[in-house]
Amino acid sequence: MPEPLNFARRGAAGLPPARGLYDPAFEHDGCGIGFIARLDARPDHRIVEDAVRILVNLEHRGAVGGDLATGDGAGLLLPIPDAFLRAELGAAGVELPEPGDYGLGMVFLPRDPAPAERCAGRLEQIARDEGCEILGWRDVPTDDTTLGELARASRPQVRQIFLGRGRTPADAFERRLYIVRRSVEKTIASWTDAGAGAFYIPSLSSRTVVYKGMLSGSQLTRFYPDLMGPAFAAAFAVVHQRYSTNTFPTWSLAQPFRLIAHNGEINALRGNINHMRAREADLRSPAFGREIEKVKPVIVEGGSDSAIFDNVLELLVQAGRSGPHALMMMIPEAWGPRFLMSEDKRGFYEYHAAIMEPWDGPAAIVFADGRYIGATLDRNGLRPCRYTITRDGLVVVASETGVIDIEPERILRRGRLQPGKMFLVDLAENRIVPDIEIKAKNARRKPYHRWVKANRIELRGLFTPSRIPSKEPDRLRREQHAFGYSEEELRMVLAPMASSGQEAIGSMGNDAALAVLSERPQLLFAYFKQLFAQVTNPPIDPLREELVMSLMSFVGPERNLLDETPEHARRLKLPHPILTPEDLMRLRDARHPDVVPRDIPILFPAGSDGEGLRRALDAVFAEAEEAVAQGATILILTDRGLDKDHAAIPSLLATSALHHHLIRRGLRTHVGLVVETGEAREVMHAALLVGYGAAALCPHVAFATVRQLAEGGLLEAALLAEEAADRYITALKKGLLKTFSRMGISTIRSYQMAQVFEAVGLGREVVEEYFSGTPSRVGGIGLEEIAAETLARHARAFPAEGEPEKLLDAGGAYHLRAGGEKHLWTPEAISRLQHAVRTDNYESFKAYTRIIDDRACSRVTLRSLFRFREAEPVPIDEVEPVESLLKRFVSAAMSFGSLGKEAHECIAIAMNRLGAKSNSGEGGEDPERYRPLASGEDRCSRVKQVASGRFGVSTEYLVHADELQIKIAQGAKPGEGGQLPGHKVTAEIARVRYTTPGVTLISPPPHHDIYSIEDLAQLIYDLKTVNPEARISVKLVAEVGVGTIAAGVAKARADTVLIAGHDGGTGASPLTSIKHAGLPWELGLAETQQTLIANRLRDRIRVQTDGQLKTGRDVAIAALLGAEEFGFGTTVLVSIGCVMMRKCHLNTCPVGVATQDPVLRSRFSGRPEHVERFFRFIAQELREHMASLGFRTLDEMVGRVDRLDVAPAVDYWKARGLDFSAILAVPEDSSASPRRCIRAQDHDLAGRLDAHLEAKVRAAIEETKPVHLRLPIRNVHRAVGAGLSGRIVKRCGAAGLPEDTIRLDFSGSAGQSLGAFLAPGITIRVKGDANDYLGKGMSGGRIILVPPKGMAGRPHENIIVGNTVLYGATGGEAYLCGLAGERFAVRNSGARAVVEGVGDHGCEYMTGGVVVVLGPTGYNFAAGMSGGVAYVFDESELFGTRANLDMVDLESVWTEEDRRQLRALVEAHAHFTASPRARMILEDWEAHLPLFVKVMPMDYRRALERMRLGEDRDTETVSATEEVYHG
Amino acid sequence: MGKPTGFLEYARRNPTKRPVEERVRDWRAVEHALPEEDLLTQAARCMDCGIPYCHAFGCPLASRVPEFNDLVYRGRWEQALELLHATNNFPEITGRVCPALCEAACTLSINAEAVTIREIELGLVERGWREGWIRPQPAARRSGRRVAVIGSGPAGLAAAQQLARQGHDVVVFEKADRVGGILRYGIPDFKLEKWVLDRRLEQLRAEGVAFETNVEAGVDISARYLRRSFDAICLTAGARLARDLTIPGRGFEGIHFAMDYLVQQNRRNAGDTIPRVEEILAADKRVVVLGGGDTGSDCVGTARRQGARSITQIELLPEPPKDRPPENPWPTWPTVLRTSSSHEEGGDRLWSVLTKEFLGLGTHVRGLRCVRIVWSEPDAARHVESPAVKPRQACPARAATGRRSFHEVPDSEFRLEADLVILALGFVHAEAGPLVRDLGIDLDPRGNLRVDEEFRTSASGVFAAGDAVAGASLVVRAIDQGRRMAEAVDRFLRTA
Repeated sequence: MPEPLNFARRGAAGLPPARGLYDPAFEHDGCGIGFIARLDARPDHRIVEDAVRILVNLEHRGAVGGDLATGDGAGLLLPIPDAFLRAELGAAGVELPEPGDYGLGMVFLPRDPAPAERCAGRLEQIARDEGCEILGWRDVPTDDTTLGELARASRPQVRQIFLGRGRTPADAFERRLYIVRRSVEKTIASWTDAGAGAFYIPSLSSRTVVYKGMLSGSQLTRFYPDLMGPAFAAAFAVVHQRYSTNTFPTWSLAQPFRLIAHNGEINALRGNINHMRAREADLRSPAFGREIEKVKPVIVEGGSDSAIFDNVLELLVQAGRSGPHALMMMIPEAWGPRFLMSEDKRGFYEYHAAIMEPWDGPAAIVFADGRYIGATLDRNGLRPCRYTITRDGLVVVASETGVIDIEPERILRRGRLQPGKMFLVDLAENRIVPDIEIKAKNARRKPYHRWVKANRIELRGLFTPSRIPSKEPDRLRREQHAFGYSEEELRMVLAPMASSGQEAIGSMGNDAALAVLSERPQLLFAYFKQLFAQVTNPPIDPLREELVMSLMSFVGPERNLLDETPEHARRLKLPHPILTPEDLMRLRDARHPDVVPRDIPILFPAGSDGEGLRRALDAVFAEAEEAVAQGATILILTDRGLDKDHAAIPSLLATSALHHHLIRRGLRTHVGLVVETGEAREVMHAALLVGYGAAALCPHVAFATVRQLAEGGLLEAALLAEEAADRYITALKKGLLKTFSRMGISTIRSYQMAQVFEAVGLGREVVEEYFSGTPSRVGGIGLEEIAAETLARHARAFPAEGEPEKLLDAGGAYHLRAGGEKHLWTPEAISRLQHAVRTDNYESFKAYTRIIDDRACSRVTLRSLFRFREAEPVPIDEVEPVESLLKRFVSAAMSFGSLGKEAHECIAIAMNRLGAKSNSGEGGEDPERYRPLASGEDRCSRVKQVASGRFGVSTEYLVHADELQIKIAQGAKPGEGGQLPGHKVTAEIARVRYTTPGVTLISPPPHHDIYSIEDLAQLIYDLKTVNPEARISVKLVAEVGVGTIAAGVAKARADTVLIAGHDGGTGASPLTSIKHAGLPWELGLAETQQTLIANRLRDRIRVQTDGQLKTGRDVAIAALLGAEEFGFGTTVLVSIGCVMMRKCHLNTCPVGVATQDPVLRSRFSGRPEHVERFFRFIAQELREHMASLGFRTLDEMVGRVDRLDVAPAVDYWKARGLDFSAILAVPEDSSASPRRCIRAQDHDLAGRLDAHLEAKVRAAIEETKPVHLRLPIRNVHRAVGAGLSGRIVKRCGAAGLPEDTIRLDFSGSAGQSLGAFLAPGITIRVKGDANDYLGKGMSGGRIILVPPKGMAGRPHENIIVGNTVLYGATGGEAYLCGLAGERFAVRNSGARAVVEGVGDHGCEYMTGGVVVVLGPTGYNFAAGMSGGVAYVFDESELFGTRANLDMVDLESVWTEEDRRQLRALVEAHAHFTASPRARMILEDWEAHLPLFVKVMPMDYRRALERMRLGEDRDTETVSATEEVYHG
Repeated sequence: MGKPTGFLEYARRNPTKRPVEERVRDWRAVEHALPEEDLLTQAARCMDCGIPYCHAFGCPLASRVPEFNDLVYRGRWEQALELLHATNNFPEITGRVCPALCEAACTLSINAEAVTIREIELGLVERGWREGWIRPQPAARRSGRRVAVIGSGPAGLAAAQQLARQGHDVVVFEKADRVGGILRYGIPDFKLEKWVLDRRLEQLRAEGVAFETNVEAGVDISARYLRRSFDAICLTAGARLARDLTIPGRGFEGIHFAMDYLVQQNRRNAGDTIPRVEEILAADKRVVVLGGGDTGSDCVGTARRQGARSITQIELLPEPPKDRPPENPWPTWPTVLRTSSSHEEGGDRLWSVLTKEFLGLGTHVRGLRCVRIVWSEPDAARHVESPAVKPRQACPARAATGRRSFHEVPDSEFRLEADLVILALGFVHAEAGPLVRDLGIDLDPRGNLRVDEEFRTSASGVFAAGDAVAGASLVVRAIDQGRRMAEAVDRFLRTA
């Protein structure tokens, strides 16, 4: 038995324990992965060498920690090097049995001998108990000299154990080893002594072994000298290079795991874990028999998402499914109706959809079990995966091409893994198995297709009711009161949904009180905030990429995961989760043996309290258990029975509580939960119910209300009640898709139970008991308060005397209403502030801040409950002056487009006068503004934003910035893109954004060059290369885990990280996003500060915050929590005249601030002085706070969280349970680590290839002398050309140099971002191939790619360039002689390109330029394409079936102009690349021309017509919803 | 919101007025109503502001302006009317006499013309009367509690109606012979024809409100009686004590308080006969009205209709600017020059004039000795308080108030001839009559009745609201106070 030790051990995985707001559970990683294999399966030491070389060449995809030396993790998964080990052990006198008859365990043990001994002893004992023979141990030689400090400190002792098979049958040996490992893991994890945390078994197998650690690729072989031994031979090797967001990457979390290496992120992880937990009770397998209990729980908590994925995959494989089969279950490709596939395959996927939800998220997975080595990509194809096959049977698969050198003559084929596809090497058959064969074989293993058809149950097949349920108006009124409906919700939420089938749109930020601080009874829903994807996982565009999304789900009992029978498909299939009252009646009346519904009323006594509510929940549990025992398969939680004496239990509470209860009882898979509630009406409500376990919901009061609105004529259009209900459902469905996609989740099956929410203001007990696993970091209300709020509403519906009020509550959550919800902005506050800045009246400003800061009336924000800790004041004269504080202020990003020209320039001028910074926003900037006005006034925005739309992001734009800000998310709508409707795109805006006037502009939800943290590092590198003087800033939005992302951002070498609050403004956003996504900055900022300090990264990155910063007090609090810079948005707008109309999205701003309408703009009355005064006032007030707190400089003040306290009497009844200790936690070693930025990031720019080139082309740049260089290139050479381009444009302006002044001829595989932001005058030619992001932001010049000389195969059948080529290009041309990956020319707005084939989503969001595709295209071509032209050579004539025709028309090429343009481009392609395909087409032009299809955006055509007529503006009014949604 | 671009497409339309030469010959209302089709487009001008200043800042009743504008635009009149009545018992009265603080705070008025909120209100409620939508709403159940309301002005009537609808038995005691207080006797018919009031009073009676006129509480019935007979007493007797001008010559005949003058004419219009000795008539007289406010303006209109030979209105303060000065920004109430319909009908207006002495011939006034004055700048910058800053706003938005002083312009003295002088100098405070004394109610430093936030006076079970508490103010504010007091009284009765 281990001796109990008295000091706290670190977390099981070696992570530090959660402290303050930092929680290791929110760690993310990204990486580089790959494998190399010999088809002949012959072990070869060169494979190991090459594998290590791949790792080293992928090093830029990994990261190092705060000590600048510790790698985040690297490792190899190899077949057991039998010969090497046999020799090693032989030397020690141990003779190994035949390969396959012994198992090799790679074991990490504590370095301390005593605990190591105990762990090893227990391992031996368990192995023996399981019938294995202990053959011996081997101490693995390690050399820690190159390790970083962090890695060395936590380094384990590495040993290998050899286990004999004993009497275990050969085919069960691998499973036996699995059981041994799980048993040992569980046993030792239960120990509480300090050393045991280091114990970990990287692998225990008779086939494979894992060498890994907290290393960088180049450290791997130094640390494990084994790998260098010539006898150490392998037929394959899987490699992984890790990039962890924080610097507690531990030894155990390095990859590969036992079966896989993963690059990506499982977004739906919590749901997958919950599902697996629920299933565990029913797991049975003939392969395991009773021993299945030994491996439970299947999931080892504390693991990363990849580790957990590996756990489940391992179970499926050990229980008998093949690796590929299991992967097809876990990461199914998209099989929606848009995809052409066989019935068998569709049947396979549908069948398995009823068994397991997708493990959704961006993923490239490499797996190996000894026989099969393969790779697969998720349905969205969001991670790159390139492969090369040689003539001599070598297969190289990696995140990048060119990771090892292969002579061109050896190359047989170069390809990439496509979305949802699999690539498999079968070492037993010595061949590559193509995707189509893998899938076909698995799909036909069993008649899945028939099983599904024969067994699935559909609602429409159930009994049809004869009566239509309806509600009496009086009853409806009472129910509306009871569920807290307001007139405002009817008008602003439900009516728009029912009118247009879209969610309502709003603008400006959310300044209303947090639910826990609101004095009005809040629905429980209001205490939750949606999480969203940022950086480490991309959100999805649910409109333009709808084809991968799905709302289909199954309800009813699940069967044993480890078995497959026809009955597994016998579940009720729902096309979407919204049930009408009629649907529910159908369900209740069902007479199907497998559909046995049972009503569970969710009510509690109206006269009771929290205790009554708790008892009612217990009664619900008991009733549900009884129903399950009696054979119910669907439980309908219903609050229809609500009456005077019975109030409704909040539906979310009832649903989640029962869901978790049933999981705990092992009954969850036996029933589906359907919720019939009057409470739910918004998208957020439906999302929460689904996220916490409901399979479907029927919002019965919402339906009745929609009917009432329709019949009362209160909708925008005259609709029948049924039509309105239909549209309402549509709006909910679209909203749900948007909600999932915000988190990067594609299907409702993954979203269900995924709990991707954070609670704010919910007490710990309630959360632990009923919402287990949900983060809730400031505590809050309990059942008592929940009951009280519910009963307050109930009392309105059933007043003690008399009738309920006729009118509903006025509301006030969105628009201010007297007596309604509290808002920070009141008429008084706005008029005071405007008066102050117009008349330069500090007294009036103080009156304004008194209104905002006054705790009693503006208890709206978390910080309103803080107070400063007393300290010795200093005289105010000794406090740093206003002038120096001003430099810390920025105006928030607001685009030219959302703001009118006058307002935008007014702010820029003011900020420049102050020596502060304005932010261009994402709409580009007129180059005119780079030059000062004659008056000397400077209108140039010092901060320039780079957002997902990349509008106006030209090289010139980038070089005219002091700071470049990468906007990952925006507080008002994190995780989604935006749309600028055509009528706002004036000629001027179009020019600045490089688009066409009148054409709608779409910015995608993700940056298509940031799907993970290493991509962000790459973009930072790109931007830093093009403008080395600019600071790089990354804008994040507060949510749980933002701290770890910020740490990742710091490691990506950003200079600044901005933590925006959820309440920031917006020009247009769905109300759900404004209200329900993101968190207050107080939480995000504190978490960021704590995590950065804990990771020793705070010293090298500046922290900025924004989000409803309004007063000197706000700034002081932000500084104490860790911010050193401060952003202001709404207050700046109010200073120049904004009166919070919240009409930005309608273009009708009556004060001319947020509008493009010239009539309204002429009403703009703001002046730079107003902004200047505002900032001076803020600085002055900040000084006053500093003086009273005793700080002379802001630097001293940053991060002094010890000077913050909670107001002594948190005197509001709901706020009593709040606990801010996590926010106010003082970091452990706060005295040692810097609390603020004190050093610059090391951008390591000197080492890049461009730096080397610059010296050689100086003459070309300075004297326009042509220069021609020939050089080799490798994948580690990234952003080649960007640095030169920045220098050229800075010197020569946007026009750059004359064509071909600089010619760069490379041979090899170019690294990422080749030719990024290329300037006119540079021609880059690569003989070889190139990686992702070629020509990103290209502004001119030319890029030519040709296959290497001597390579076999035809160019148009081989991949030559990766994903996301020409993203956001504004000019230049590219000729690519081969195939390109996904998202070719995404958001191109000016480049011309010829390519021989593209993957999925080609020309997505394109707004300009010309693309010619001389070969095949993937799915979803031209999605969201609103400008430019594409010509596709469509030999198969199937192009139309794969293109997305929502916004484009397909035409033939018939006008003379088009023919000339096309021919010129094809000729140029032939000329520059000698493409055989181009030659072939040109040789018989007339015959080939008819096969070309012209892709013409409809908007674009209309705009061109208007331009021809001399009109530059579309005056037709566009409905509000089009602002964000298309059509 | 009805129409996002409505405010750009339609101009504001103001109601038309009857021609001057016609209207000065009778006492009927001066303004025409806006045609219904205009109301629709006028309502479309409403922008449904994120912060509706009209509602949240301007209107003391927090009238739900954006909502009812939207409903009017959509033609949902009945629902719009319901919303209107949800915050206002007498929109047909405020629709005629309110200075429309809402419109002053309308966001459109920042740089354009405000929405015609008052006209929409009026049109809406008048349509309601026409259509028969406005019906008595008697309480479903009687509480058995009795409430006395003292004074039948807007505060008293609003309180009475609210309390009756809660099921309480309400008796309104009115000193005068008719119900209505200031509404009936203080406001001239040409601004508010009295049938408008009678029509509404019918509704109150049908809802169970009992009226006892010619009863002066504290005199005709004792405080003890009231206490014995009622569970709660509401004092809403207004602030009738007029401000006097005690300068030499004040004793001359022909100098009257405005309220006496206006009441008399209203009685006359109502058919009462005024004893000759009490008559105050302007016919063929040179009339001087002291005081430039609304009451003064009402006196001007009344004198004009009575056939005054000349009318001069004098104000101590300087002539207000035509447009808002920076110190008086939107959305605060603009202190700008206002021209009422009475001013349109003729007469002189003098500003910055101090009256030094009344001059007389014999016992009767014959003129005034006046001097021009100059005002200093305020001694500190100030943010002019809106009259609409509601007491319900808990936030202390204390402003630095500046004081101004004046001095006489040397050698600027002049004389005005006058046969009739009307003092319209405002009101000092509530009249502390025998009832107040007998109930033992504390007064505030200004002489008004002191109440707490629940409208309780210092005497238990006795509440007060309206001008009696706040000092003379607008009808709309009196209604607001009456409503809120009624809520408090209802709470009191439920818990007592």
